[in-house]
Amino acid sequence: MERKTKIDAQEGRQDLFITREFELPVDLLFKAYVEADLVEQWMTTKVVKMESKKHGSYQFESTDYKGNRFGMNGAIHDIIPNKKITRTFEMEGTPYGIQLEVYQFEELTDDTSKLTMHVIYESGEQRDEVLKLPFAQGINMAHQRLEDTFKKSK
Amino acid sequence: METRRDVFQAIADPTRRAILSLVFLQAMTPGAIADNFDSARQTISKHIQILAECELLQQTQTGREIYYHINAKKMKEVADFIEPFRKMWDERFNKLEAVMKKYKTKK
Repeated sequence: MERKTKIDAQEGRQDLFITREFELPVDLLFKAYVEADLVEQWMTTKVVKMESKKHGSYQFESTDYKGNRFGMNGAIHDIIPNKKITRTFEMEGTPYGIQLEVYQFEELTDDTSKLTMHVIYESGEQRDEVLKLPFAQGINMAHQRLEDTFKKSK
Repeated sequence: METRRDVFQAIADPTRRAILSLVFLQAMTPGAIADNFDSARQTISKHIQILAECELLQQTQTGREIYYHINAKKMKEVADFIEPFRKMWDERFNKLEAVMKKYKTKK
């Protein structure tokens, strides 16, 4: 089966592209990004603030599996309904800097659409750290599971 | 415990990447590898050592000569490091699609 979500992260660059085709009309796909209650549902994060307008800003709050609270926020530079969102994104309290995100929404058919996310990091090093994050987390989680198994068998 | 060298740091260096692409084609002696570069033999030798420590290179001895070749298994591991990131987004988008499909029928 063809992979639905594609990542294009070329070596030696400080940006990457994430593309995905959805079985959704483009207006619904766009809505999922601008309406607070919908963002909450699919991002599984609390939306503290969501001003989906030019020069607006947003703020999310999440809790990890250990119960630690962490925040995410950004400023919306521009927003064109059903077409484009240009915004910044920051994971608070991390060394990953502030990334610039350009979302392109495209209609494919009446019921399908495509999202292209262009993410630009402050440096190539920062991009690579963010890319490695789920990889590192996967390793940590595997360790954690191993530890838990050992604890139980004691 | 001694920390092992970071494999991503190892491949971040352009000279080391060039070494990897050289030995990707055929197993080579350290001397033959160094002949492809203008840098001092010692410098190249250091790069080879780092790649070997990260297990990206493996050595075999043939008579007196040591040959370096690529460790395909380790290389694949590194190539796949982006997969968890892709999977994370894929799962997130699947959720978005499910939420919006539900929203659509509710309308």
